[in-house]
Parts: sequence; C-alpha cells; structure tokens
Amino acid sequence: MATRLQSSLRLVARQTGATLARTSVWNRPVAWATRAAFSTNAPHLFAAPHGKVAFTADKYPHMRRNNVFKKLSEEDVTYFKSILAPSSITQASDDLETFNIDWLNKYRGQSKLVLKPSSTEQVSKILKYCNDHKLAVVPQGGNTGLVGGGVPVFDEIVVSMSNMNTIRTFDNVSGALVCDAGCILEVLDKYLEERGYLMPLDLGAKGSCHIGGNVSTNAGGLRLLRYGSLHGTVLGLEVVLPDGTILDNLSTLRKDNTGYDLKQLFIGAEGTLGMVTGVSILAPKRPKAINVALLGVDTFDQVQAAYKRSKNELSEILSAFEFWDRAAIKLVKEHLVAGANDPLESLHNFYVLIETSGSNKDHDDEKLNTYLEGLMGDEIVQDGVVAQDTTQIQNLWAIREGIPEACSKAGAVYKYDISMPVPVLYQAVEDMRARLVQSDAFGDGKLFTSVIGYGHVGDGNLHLNVAAENFTAEATALIEPYIFEWTAGHSGSISAEHGLGISKNNFLHYSKSASMIELMKQFKKMLDPNGIMNPYKYLPDK
Amino acid sequence: MSNLRILVATKRVVDYAVKIRVNAAGSAVETANVKHSMNPFDEIGTEQAIQIKEALAKSKAGTAEVVVVSCGPSKSQETLRTALAMGADRAIHVDSDEELQPLAVAKLLKAVVEKEKPDMVILGKQAIDDDSNQTGQMLAGLLNWPQATFASKVELGDKSMTVTREVDGGVETVKTPLPAILTTDLRLNVPRYASLPNIMKAKKKPLAKFAAADLGVDIKPRLQTLKIAEPPKRQGGKLVESVDDLVDKLKNEAKVL
Repeated sequence: MATRLQSSLRLVARQTGATLARTSVWNRPVAWATRAAFSTNAPHLFAAPHGKVAFTADKYPHMRRNNVFKKLSEEDVTYFKSILAPSSITQASDDLETFNIDWLNKYRGQSKLVLKPSSTEQVSKILKYCNDHKLAVVPQGGNTGLVGGGVPVFDEIVVSMSNMNTIRTFDNVSGALVCDAGCILEVLDKYLEERGYLMPLDLGAKGSCHIGGNVSTNAGGLRLLRYGSLHGTVLGLEVVLPDGTILDNLSTLRKDNTGYDLKQLFIGAEGTLGMVTGVSILAPKRPKAINVALLGVDTFDQVQAAYKRSKNELSEILSAFEFWDRAAIKLVKEHLVAGANDPLESLHNFYVLIETSGSNKDHDDEKLNTYLEGLMGDEIVQDGVVAQDTTQIQNLWAIREGIPEACSKAGAVYKYDISMPVPVLYQAVEDMRARLVQSDAFGDGKLFTSVIGYGHVGDGNLHLNVAAENFTAEATALIEPYIFEWTAGHSGSISAEHGLGISKNNFLHYSKSASMIELMKQFKKMLDPNGIMNPYKYLPDK
Repeated sequence: MSNLRILVATKRVVDYAVKIRVNAAGSAVETANVKHSMNPFDEIGTEQAIQIKEALAKSKAGTAEVVVVSCGPSKSQETLRTALAMGADRAIHVDSDEELQPLAVAKLLKAVVEKEKPDMVILGKQAIDDDSNQTGQMLAGLLNWPQATFASKVELGDKSMTVTREVDGGVETVKTPLPAILTTDLRLNVPRYASLPNIMKAKKKPLAKFAAADLGVDIKPRLQTLKIAEPPKRQGGKLVESVDDLVDKLKNEAKVL
C-alpha cells in the first residue's frame, strides 16, 4: 500500500509534468535548461491544492445528477478488470484527482473510476457495457480544455485516451498521417518535423493536448489563418459509437464524395456523440523559411491597418497574426520565467506578432522587410523586433503562448472566446472594462483585478480574460450574460474555438437558432439514446 | 580612453535549434536546405561590444566603434547583417568558398587586425558546429596578445580589462592590458533582438568585402575529417514485474552481472 506521502509525491510529479508540458519548451543553451521552470510552476500547483477546488456539484447547485444513470458498483469494476490490464484502471482517490479537475482549476468532478484502454476494441467493449448498464462516461484527452468539457460533473466514468498513443501510418508523398486519438500534438509535430511536414494546427497546450481532443473540440489555434480548420484538414476518423459500434472512416483520401460526410458531425462534438479513437489528418509540408516579428503599436486601429496591409503585402506567406494588449504583457512579465524578457524597450498599448512561412528565405525576407519598412515609414508601428534565429522565434512565441498561463496565475480567470467582425474586435474589452469600472468592481482589492484582451486578429477571434480574486456567483453575474448579449448584438459567436462544455452550453441560443438547436438534439437522441456520452454538457439543459 | 575600436568575429553556423543529420556519405553534417544563423556565442560577443559602446557613450568617457567580421562564403553576409541590425557600426566579409578551419580563420583575422588596428577582439568561445574552441587562442598566439577566454563578466579600465572567467573549478578573475583577445561564454549577457529601427539603419551601414586570397594568408586545411556518425540510438527502458525478472535482465540482456 503506498503511503499518503508517496501518493502525494507521485501526484505532484505527474501534475508537474503535465503543467510543464503545457507550455512549450524553450531551447536556449544548456545553462538555461535549468531555468526556474520548477519554481514558477510549483507555486501555481501548490497555490491551488485539490482541497481548495470546490466540487462542481457544490459550486453549481442547480446542476442535478441525472438518476437515470446507474451508480458504479463492484460488479461493474469487476467487468472492467476482466477486459483491461491492471495498469489501465485507476481507482485510488489521490490518483483520481488529476482526471477530475480541469486545467483551469475551475471544475471538479467526483468520478470514482478512470479507464485507460489501449485499443479501439477495448473502447468498444467499455462503451457497449456502459450503454447497456446506463453508466455515464466522460471521454478525456489531455485535459487541457477551457470549458469544463473533459472532466466529470458528478460520478461519470472517465475514459482516457492516454494509453492509445501510437502513430499508425504516414504517407510521405501525400502527407496523410494516421494515428491514435491519444497522441500528444507536440509529439506528432516532432514526428512530422523529422519527415519534413508539420501538424496543420498549433496551440499553447501542444505539450499535453491529444489530437483526439483537438478534433473533438475542433481546436483552432495559432495557424488557422494559414492552414484552415480541422473540418478541412481531417481526412477521416475512427469513432466508437455509444452502443459500441466501431465506425471506421479512417480514409486518407483527399477527395471522396460518397455519401453524407459523417466525420464532420464528430469534429467539434466534444465527445457527446461518440468517442474518437483514431484520426487521419493531412499534414502540410514544413516551411523552410520562418520569420517572426513582434511589433508595438498605439491603437487597435493600427493593429487592423497592419493586418490589412499584411494580407496585401505578405499574402501567401503570412502564417499567423496575433495581438495582445498592455494588460496581457504586464501579466506575462509579472508571472512568467525571467527568460521571457520583453524585447521592446517601452510598454505599448498593443502588440502584434506576425509569422511568415514559405519555401524561399530570400523571397520571404524581402517581402517582410518591405512590409515592415512600410509600417515604420507610415508610422503605423512605433517599435518592433525581428527574430534572427530559431531560439528567438521560440522566445517571441513563448510570450504569446504564455499569456493564458500568466492569466491563470493572476487569480481566478473568467475566459471568454468570442468571434466577431474584426473592426469591433477590441471593443468587447473596452466595453467590459467600462462596465466593471462603472459597477465599482474593477481595481486592486475589488472583485476584478484585470481585463485582458488577446487573440487571433486574422480569424476575428478575441480571447477576453477577466481576472478575479475567486470564482464567485457575484463575480459571474457581473460578466454573464452581459458578454454573451454583447456578442449576439454584434452578430458574433459566443465560443469561437473553445467549445461549449459546461461553461457555455446554456448560452447556445445566443449564437444558434431554436430550430438549429432542436436538430442538434435530434442527432444526439439518435446516436446516444441513453445519453451516456459526456452528459450535462454541450447542448442546453432545457 | 577616448576612441575604442572593437573587432567582433562571427560565424554563420547551422541554427542551434535544428536537429542535425549526418549526410548519406558519412563524411559531414547535412547543411543543405538547413536553417543557419549566427553562432550563439558570437551573438553574445556582438552584444557585449555594443554594450561597451553604449556604456561609454552614456558615461561620456569616450566613443567606441564596433566592427564585425566574418570569414566564409557569400551567405556569411546574412550573419553580418544580423550584427549590424543589433547595432554594430560596420562589417567586413572575408570571402572564401574553401573550408576554413580555426587556424586559417585565426590567420585571416590576424590580417584583418593588422589592417583595422582594434583595441580588442571579441570572439565566441567556440562555434557550435565544430566545437573547436581554438580560434581565439590561436589568434592571441599569432598576434602575441594577451587573452581572456570563457568570459562571464568584463569590466573595462584605463587601457586594460578585468575579466571573470568560467573555469572547471569555478571562476577566475584576470586583468589584462589592451589590446587583448576576449572569448565569450554563455553567462556573459543576453543578446538583444534586432529592432526594426536598427534593421532599417543597418541597410545603410558599410559592408566591405575582401577575398581571402587577397590577404596573403595560407588557409589550407590541416585536418581531414575521416568519418562522422550519429551516436547509437538510445534504447527504451523496460518495466520489470519481479526481482527475479530484474536479475535475469541484468544478467542476460544488460550483461552487467
């Protein structure tokens, strides 16, 4: 029997690994490999020990367990033990914590059982059994989701893909990669890097997120601008339906117009229609020349002007156009590792990170230089730097990718991910700040300490983060449903890329009509009549 | 100290973050179509020279001119442009398509030193492609100048410099008169980014080119690489179920018992 101390140490080690993996690793020469990664992540870990995160069921008392679902019994566990290896079953309460709590430390479930199947057949048996016995199930990938979609609400069984992490095949002529759903995104990218390709999506959580989770949430990320969404790059899926049927649509064909394109239903379904166990994705060629520039500008109008110009002058080589505001850079400087020094001399109101990728360095350098010269000459940009080597490229990206983590260290962070027409992109931040100031809820010692805006300008996608001391009903009431009403009023989407989970499912009507929601419910009823797949989420309660 | 001239030597190498491969013939590292950039220790050297210049200007104790030099094929000019974009004043490209080993580079730099007459020459402690750690020392020998290598801290005095060196046992502080050779180590500074205003200014800065042959130096390689091979692939670890199993594996597979 492991002692409590041993279990806690193992748990911390696992959590540390997960937290370190979530941020991309910098490759500065050896001496900096011992940078204070542990010391800045550790306080975050120990600042919110599991004892401090309230159960979702307690925090949101209006949520009731659906008693149609059976409660886990010894018989059930015996069955699972008969089809899975002992290392695929987790029941010890200390070990269950990481699976029950989401990355934001906002939601905490009460699952008593985590299953980690190693094959699609095992997944099929698990789901069939659960469906027959009406046991609710939560499919889980890297548990880096931001809307509470990957963790249980009550005692649902967690089915984790972490043991299914084999890369099945790769065609290095077409670029089609077929792999298990539990493969970590960064691992896939490194595999493809060796073969001259890359994954068509990239996000800050790449060190921990699974491709199956990415597909199930239709993750967007930093390069959607260039490579498009998963709805376009996924060639095929292998999905296990709630009744155990294995749906093998793992095609590697680029073009196949034979029948309804069923895989599109599962992409972005957040595990509510079935469990994704295999993914076939089209990998683009890895660019030979990459350039990254960081610019400092005064107004959001200038951000837009820079963006419009980049479409004209950089066009086909543009691969990312990100922005963040002064509040974001201040948080990054305060909470991240010493190495994340701000390359610009003074603080600016807005920052823009531009990345170009192409096949010819000289061609790209010339286009970029002309573009930047134009921006400086026309005073659209006040200051900026251009990365001179790969390490500098990684460090500039680390600033942008570190913003979510820096925000989470600022306290309890309410995250909103909305899309709207680019011209009004920053207005949401300004209006939110004004509202909180007016309600006397903004500032040191008040309910909210900062309002931060950053995101993918090119995709019209704003990440609005509001940092509070704690997640409280009072704080929530001030910002919801205000932010959703605001978004609906600007014909935007209340969840551009993060998905619905349990954070936003009841706000779905702000972005989709009643008849659309009704049709979605019909699909759900058809594929999952017992409702065992990820219940309480995605679709609205009523 | 009124006018200081600092010569900084830089080298264009395979980018630090690139995973290098051995070429098919097993004779060299694959460099075609692979990202190159300035040797990280040379970035540190360029940064140090610029910091010295800025410190002098700020304290109004004098002025400094930072001249950056690189020996190699025409692509070496990319490296020089990076240095100019960081803030160097002018650049010299010693053009040669031949293989240049440390001794040849040291001789070429000696010729440049005799032309430019700098007060100090800063080099990176080693290049990350050959890890030779020789050029700075050989240059000092050829010029008969003092050298302070593996510098982690530099303070300029009146016609002298005090350097803290990283050595095996810890640190060592030495003082040398100028002119002298300095080679940089990792902890000396954090190189700055090339800023947009400086990148624009860099285009107007002078970049002079000399053919290596014109400097009248024997650059023939003295060493021949016979073979290059990757280290053996690391085997994965295995989980064992029992002590007997462990002993069996140690005996029969690892062969350490």
